[in-house]
Amino acid sequence: MSSLLTVAMPKGRIFQEAVELLRQADYPLPPEFEDSRKLIIELEEAGMRFILAKPMDVPTYVEHGVADVGIAGKDVMLEEERDVYEVLDLKISDCYLAVAGLPGQKENSVAPKIATKYPNVAAQYFREQGEQVEIIKLNGSIELAPLIGLADRIVDIVSTGRTLKENGLVEMEKIQGITSRMIVNPASYRMKSGVIDELVERLSKVVESKEEVL
Amino acid sequence: MSKPFVFEKPMGMRDTLPLLYQVKQQVRQVMEQEIKGWGYQFIQTPTLEYYDTVGEASAILDQQLFKLLDSEGKTLVLRPDMTAPIARVVSSSMKNVSYPIRLAYDSAVFRSQQREGGRPAEFEQVGVELIGDGTSSADAEVIALMVSALSKAGLDEFKVAVGHIGFLNELFLEVLGNAERAEELLRFLYEKNYVGYASHVKNLALSSIDKKRLLDLLQLRGSEEILEEAKQIAAAGGQKAVADLQELFSILEMYGVKDKVFLDFTLFSHMSYYTGIVFEGYTKELGFPLCSGGRYDQLLDEFGRSAQAIGFGIRLDYLIEALDVKEPVNPRTCIVFSPERRKEAIVKSRELREKGKSAVVQDISGVGNVDEYSGRFEEVIYYIGKPVKGEVK
Repeated sequence: MSSLLTVAMPKGRIFQEAVELLRQADYPLPPEFEDSRKLIIELEEAGMRFILAKPMDVPTYVEHGVADVGIAGKDVMLEEERDVYEVLDLKISDCYLAVAGLPGQKENSVAPKIATKYPNVAAQYFREQGEQVEIIKLNGSIELAPLIGLADRIVDIVSTGRTLKENGLVEMEKIQGITSRMIVNPASYRMKSGVIDELVERLSKVVESKEEVL
Repeated sequence: MSKPFVFEKPMGMRDTLPLLYQVKQQVRQVMEQEIKGWGYQFIQTPTLEYYDTVGEASAILDQQLFKLLDSEGKTLVLRPDMTAPIARVVSSSMKNVSYPIRLAYDSAVFRSQQREGGRPAEFEQVGVELIGDGTSSADAEVIALMVSALSKAGLDEFKVAVGHIGFLNELFLEVLGNAERAEELLRFLYEKNYVGYASHVKNLALSSIDKKRLLDLLQLRGSEEILEEAKQIAAAGGQKAVADLQELFSILEMYGVKDKVFLDFTLFSHMSYYTGIVFEGYTKELGFPLCSGGRYDQLLDEFGRSAQAIGFGIRLDYLIEALDVKEPVNPRTCIVFSPERRKEAIVKSRELREKGKSAVVQDISGVGNVDEYSGRFEEVIYYIGKPVKGEVK
């Protein structure tokens, strides 16, 4: 293995914003960076190697130490509970976790069913509410579940609320706000503290300067 | 449920094949030698312990314990670490031995993996416990011995992070006023959630000076020099911790291991187990700490004989992964014979063994493909056909 810092990036929704953030922090990511279909991209000049993973898998790569740092949504962190440091709130991909369902829907009173991509988060939330529910794990298009009668309600992330609206669903409770975080492997945090501290420092400057503009 | 296939094992259970066995043996011997050299005595304890004693007292989380029932319905655990069993021994079988006591172990411990494979559920740990000595000299001795054992095993590039639980507890108690609020904040450190920690601190009703102290804590990592800064942040009751660390570093310098050790005040690996210094060792290309330890001055109380104590444990599996040992040299000679020359073969093998070599005596009619078989050995001697003098091929 080389001395490059391995960064696990989430494919999809967060990716573009994360790339922008790194550019603003003066890491020279080339323009073709986001068009590539490669899963591993080495950037000697930035001293970094990027791996492109499914968002839900980013903390796994970081926990096992095959990636030193990663960018992961707080939703994923809550669901996965991996043994990694959560060092910086990047304040990108702002959204929140919420409970939603069909308006006026009568619930199954024997065992209310909840469909979600986040079974751990959902179970924890309803436990705290003192509500007994049964969780059904889905991998996507969660909104479908109440429409077709698979579940009474769903737990999912909401950013604009458009998907809910277009499918006739309403938000019922907000669980918690979600942004993306920079996460670090505990061993890398000590063995590569120099580069990692610099990365955190540069990124936090960008995040702060954006805050001021707002 | 379908029956498991014959090759399947419970999650996290691994076989040690001959090559790995030899490597382990080699590394284990070197470390044992070093630990014995420092006057620690090795002991063994049972694989099974009571859940209510050792299981409860151990630093390992409940969901990681392998539990089973004995014939009387009592809950047993496969020992998840060696510190709690040693505490039990020191307070019972060794209760008449006066402190300090220096013990060592090299044992398999068991920790169930909840989520997925990729990590062993049974692994070997080499470690020591120094019981009944609360001095900085004891702290330094244990760290120096750990560093020395790792170096002797052949590990070059590694670092040991040292933190102090007393420092954290005093600081949080002083700033936040009560144990409950302190624990709330400590939990963020335990969960490694610095983002949550910082936002929690920002929302607390505290003076800006106290907020800054709590936030600056996250940056308290580095060499000995940061102790000056730590003094500024520390609570009145935490000044002793800083002074102890200062002393620790000066002793580590005498041991010649100071360059391997650095400070990290955010190190907080267990909610309630440790009481003084804590430490973890890391090496390049390994995502997990390969060794850890700390001061646990309250554990022995649970077994009825109180003592200040400190120890470390090194994970043999991680160490070997980090060492990347080349094939160990353990040459074997194969003596292939036909029945009429059996005696010659046996005499020869005895001769070789007396010289300390490993020799296999193999009847040729017991092997299918002789060439393929003998290819596995570094040296092959044949005693085949009519007896002739000096037949070495």
